[in-house]
Amino acid sequence: MLIPCPLCGARDSREFTPKGHASYLDRPAEDAPPQAWNDYLHLRENPAGDTRELWFHGAGCGAWLVVERNTVSHAVTGARLAREVRDAG
Amino acid sequence: MRVDGRGLIDRSQPVTFKFDGRSVTGYKGDTVASALLGKGVRLMARSFKYHRPRGVLTAGSEEPNALLEVGQGAAMTPNTRATVQEIYSGLTVQSQNRIGPLDRDLLSINDALWPFLSAGFYYKTFMWPRAFWEKLYEPVIRRAAGLGRITRDASPERHEKAFAFCDVLVIGGGPAGLMAALTAAKGGADVILAEETPELGGRLLSDGQEIDGTPAAYWVEDIVKELQATGRVRVMTRTTVTGAYDDGSYGALERVARHVAPADDLPPECFWRIRARQAVLAAGAHERPIAFPMNDRPGIMLAGAVRTYLNRYGVSPGRNVTIFATNDDAHRTAVELMDAGVKVAAVIDSRTGVTAKGDYRLIEGGQVIGTKGRQGLRQITYRAGSRTDTLITDCLAMSGGWNPAVHLTCHLGARPVWDADAKMFLPAPGAVPGLTPAGSCNGAMSTAACLSEGLEAGKAALAALGRPAPQGVSLPEAEDDPGRTQALWYVEGKGRAWLDFANDVTTKDVKLAAAEGYASVEHMKRYTTQGMAPDQGKSSNINALALLADSTGRGIPETGTTTYRPPFIPVTMGAMGAFAEGHGFAPERRTTSDAAARGRGAPMIEAGLWFRPSYFPAPGETTWREACDREVAMVRNAVGVVDVSTLGKIDIQGPDAGAFLDFVYTNMFSTLKVGRARYGLMLREDGHVMDDGTTARLGDHHYVMTTTTAAAGQVMAHLEFVAQGLRPDLDVRIISATEQWAQFSVAGPLSRELLNGVLDQPIDDESFPFMACGAVKVHGVTGRLFRISFSGEHAYEIAVPARYGDALYRDLVARAEALGGGAYGMEALNVLRIEKGFITHSEIHGRVTAHDIGMQRMLSQKKDFVGKAAAARPGLLEPGRERLVGLRPVEAEGRLTAGARLFKEGDPHKRVLDQGYVTSVGYSPTLGHMIGLGFLRHGPECEGQEIVMVDHLRKVKTRVQVVNPVFFDPDGGRARG
Amino acid sequence: MAELMAKSPAHGLTPVAVGGVTLSEAPMRPVWAVMPWRGKGAALSRALEQAHGLGFPEPGAMITSGQLGIAWSGLDQAFLMGVEPDAALAEHAALTDQSDAWTQLVLEGAAVRDVLARWVPVDLSPAACPPGSARRSLVGHMSALILHPGGDRFEVLVFRSMAGTAVHELTRAMRAVAAREAL
Repeated sequence: MLIPCPLCGARDSREFTPKGHASYLDRPAEDAPPQAWNDYLHLRENPAGDTRELWFHGAGCGAWLVVERNTVSHAVTGARLAREVRDAG
Repeated sequence: MRVDGRGLIDRSQPVTFKFDGRSVTGYKGDTVASALLGKGVRLMARSFKYHRPRGVLTAGSEEPNALLEVGQGAAMTPNTRATVQEIYSGLTVQSQNRIGPLDRDLLSINDALWPFLSAGFYYKTFMWPRAFWEKLYEPVIRRAAGLGRITRDASPERHEKAFAFCDVLVIGGGPAGLMAALTAAKGGADVILAEETPELGGRLLSDGQEIDGTPAAYWVEDIVKELQATGRVRVMTRTTVTGAYDDGSYGALERVARHVAPADDLPPECFWRIRARQAVLAAGAHERPIAFPMNDRPGIMLAGAVRTYLNRYGVSPGRNVTIFATNDDAHRTAVELMDAGVKVAAVIDSRTGVTAKGDYRLIEGGQVIGTKGRQGLRQITYRAGSRTDTLITDCLAMSGGWNPAVHLTCHLGARPVWDADAKMFLPAPGAVPGLTPAGSCNGAMSTAACLSEGLEAGKAALAALGRPAPQGVSLPEAEDDPGRTQALWYVEGKGRAWLDFANDVTTKDVKLAAAEGYASVEHMKRYTTQGMAPDQGKSSNINALALLADSTGRGIPETGTTTYRPPFIPVTMGAMGAFAEGHGFAPERRTTSDAAARGRGAPMIEAGLWFRPSYFPAPGETTWREACDREVAMVRNAVGVVDVSTLGKIDIQGPDAGAFLDFVYTNMFSTLKVGRARYGLMLREDGHVMDDGTTARLGDHHYVMTTTTAAAGQVMAHLEFVAQGLRPDLDVRIISATEQWAQFSVAGPLSRELLNGVLDQPIDDESFPFMACGAVKVHGVTGRLFRISFSGEHAYEIAVPARYGDALYRDLVARAEALGGGAYGMEALNVLRIEKGFITHSEIHGRVTAHDIGMQRMLSQKKDFVGKAAAARPGLLEPGRERLVGLRPVEAEGRLTAGARLFKEGDPHKRVLDQGYVTSVGYSPTLGHMIGLGFLRHGPECEGQEIVMVDHLRKVKTRVQVVNPVFFDPDGGRARG
Repeated sequence: MAELMAKSPAHGLTPVAVGGVTLSEAPMRPVWAVMPWRGKGAALSRALEQAHGLGFPEPGAMITSGQLGIAWSGLDQAFLMGVEPDAALAEHAALTDQSDAWTQLVLEGAAVRDVLARWVPVDLSPAACPPGSARRSLVGHMSALILHPGGDRFEVLVFRSMAGTAVHELTRAMRAVAAREAL
């Protein structure tokens, strides 16, 4: 699998480690109700089809990426810097 | 027998090798198979189950029969196909799967037992008594039914792996592949052309054809020159593309040096990872045998293989050859044999209304229904209409038609599509993104069609790359008749008719599977083992599924194929694991003090990737415990030196560095004074402890964090995630400085005295109190000093740029020795920290909370931090959780073991009554007995109680007392000095 | 006063010459990580230009000028090599000494790309990796910064502690490539 790192170009997946669905970026507020924290911690999306996942380019530039890919076809359709995804809301 | 005037072998270079101890001479360019056939040797192997005598069926990598052990000693490689292994002087090959000589294999008794050895035999027979399976049945069956042996020793062979990149990968160097490569290269693409055999040309080298009016082999030579002239084609011969993977990735096995004598540094094989923007599959087709009765004798082979032996190797596999065919193509075999002066007994064609293509006897509407010849074919029986007759013949060339080699198109999950007219499975459109099938793997069965499809595939690849089609590539003229084929998968008759030669699967087995309800092709496969041998059923799967379709009353497309998976050919474990042998498994990390520690005789232990000294044996010491006890006492009474560079050191800088640390640690760091260090606790977001360590504030906007050795990488990735993903609002920059600094702990009552010998400016309690930090000059070199302690003693960590590490370590140890101390290792370090109740990842192993380790008070109420919300969950705060305690044996000599379980006194030692476990133990020379840390239900509430420690594994049972985890100097006065 | 002897990471392990490729250790030189503060990228580049004559490199690029160089080394990060950074840069960037953190190996020779292809999963062909390139990737299992100043020369930076493994693995590849060439 190749991941199109915005800084390094398409790179072999061996350079990356995954962390699961991109919803992990949406950390609840400190005083959010327990249900919100439960959902955040334990109910990560894992769809059959298009998904957005966090991958760390640890053996590359060190960037955390939000990778768009399809879990059925394995097609990777894009990757953005995680911090820019957050900045964009 | 050799045939004059044919073949691409070099007859001026005879090559002698050994087959089963006998010397055999062939020629440079021969395979083991062609050399043996050249000498009239047809018997090369024994079959898997029945131990039937076998010769070659094919002339290529799909060979099911002729598997050999190649090489000697630990370098021996079993299951090597005689049709692929090229000969060289000194080569040694052995036949396999036999007891005694090949021609008198004792295990051929199995052949007499064949009526009992049908599909499912083992499942039905060896079920009972159950205990017999492992001890008796399985070993005996494995001995009798099997392939080559493995050597029990590590192979001395050193293969390699490599990466390659190209615009267009062309898989197969036959007519389609050559045209595709030429077109792509002339269009400006960088091309890799992978060809399985040593020569480009494919079937053009096997079949006597003409292209553009010249013999095909000459045309191939011209094209190869043209390819080279482009400067864009990397030709990789002896290279089989083994798998298609996501995003244009392909695996390929190159037999780099299997054709020459082994030599130092020369990798026998290379496993390639090729990344191609586009690919052309020109893998050709595999000829099909026909499953007629007793079709497995040496001398019975594929008609196309006979042509390959004749035209590539100058060998005729027989003196008097019969052809049994269902198609026009196989008639070529007769024509070419006769051209070469080999006698053709007859061509038996299953069809009627066929015309002979030469002056040979043609038997129309005929089928072979029996054969004779124990160790090699002597005679066949055929039926034509109502007539049954025999023929004396020593080679039967059969052809049931050709199966396109669609394998790679299926590796991403696509299923091939049945073409009812052509009677073949074809690649599904778009099966592998970016891969275009061309030529006979795509169903093009004439040379002209192969050339044309290759050219078009080359253009398609260029178009996908955004390049125009090139000028000056024209389609050569070639034979344009694909011929006609009748579908004849099997012939009914008396006697066994083999489908899968490699696994000894006959038509009877498939019929039995169908009768017993294994109607799905995947079930039939597993019940009969059809297609599960090293050849993966390349020559048999289609016949078997056609028979299954007939037996279950369905059509072939409804029956479907089994799943094609990588690798396309067997790949040695050595090539797969290349570079990972021995020390290659993982990088070794060495500290700057490594040489000095080894020089002092310290046994090194692995801590993650690092090597650290275990202990430093002194003269007269015979056990590690003696050394360890001495080193502990040395630190408690004088001074010890240990390298702590392996701990993670992370520089955290920026205006928001303090706020960032407040967010990743449970406790406050923005309030830490410059020049001070503080112990920090880090949680995962789920509320469990991730790591701990001290973090020092070197400047207003500059902190340096220490992580444990084990978690350094994990913490770094976590910090980056927080900085980039959760808190991009904070202006903070993070970089690892672990490798920049050589850092040594100097611990013990005399530590300051030692340090003042190396520091340009001496320190005292006032200038450097407990938990102070700052820049210092060490022998004139700028370093960092931290007054922190992991031993409970008055201690420092001193850091210098790593280039000075070796020198400083030697200097510190020498000075320590002058003060009655010296170097200490991991064993002593561990005892020292257990005496103090300090935790490591033995304790914070991923399932414990701050509450569990008694650090609940470190969870700040004044701020948010990672893990705060989750750590407050009621279930994580229950008093009855397993919580950190100290453990000491009730009797002084009592033994503690890490991993042991804890039980209440009087309770049976059962899982349901388990109260906790031991995480760390050591012998405390300070206290004179063993001490341990562990987790116990209700933990601290049990202090003073006596419980039982049980180690079921090591058979240890010890009465222990629950105590405070800080065994030594509980108020910490020694560290504060 | 005693003096501390400096030792380079690959001390005693290089040079190695096999076939037409040599593996050597670059002379010790200052290497400083320069990491611009938020929004200070452009200002940093100007300050770098002013102080050292080199701007902040684009991702994947390296700029050299005489003995000085600055190579992109990751997200918001470049390594300034051959000089200690001017103090004025601290206003725009975090500066971290990395001079001792890396084993700096130099591979040179006609077959250098073949040698690296044994270990490095990125395309280092002249078309994909022109002179002045900097790549963060792997050498085997080791995180690495690979610099290509030009010609048949590559500089491979791996962690200091891995010098032994790096030299061993690259040497093995050099031997295999040379043995193949002799085939």
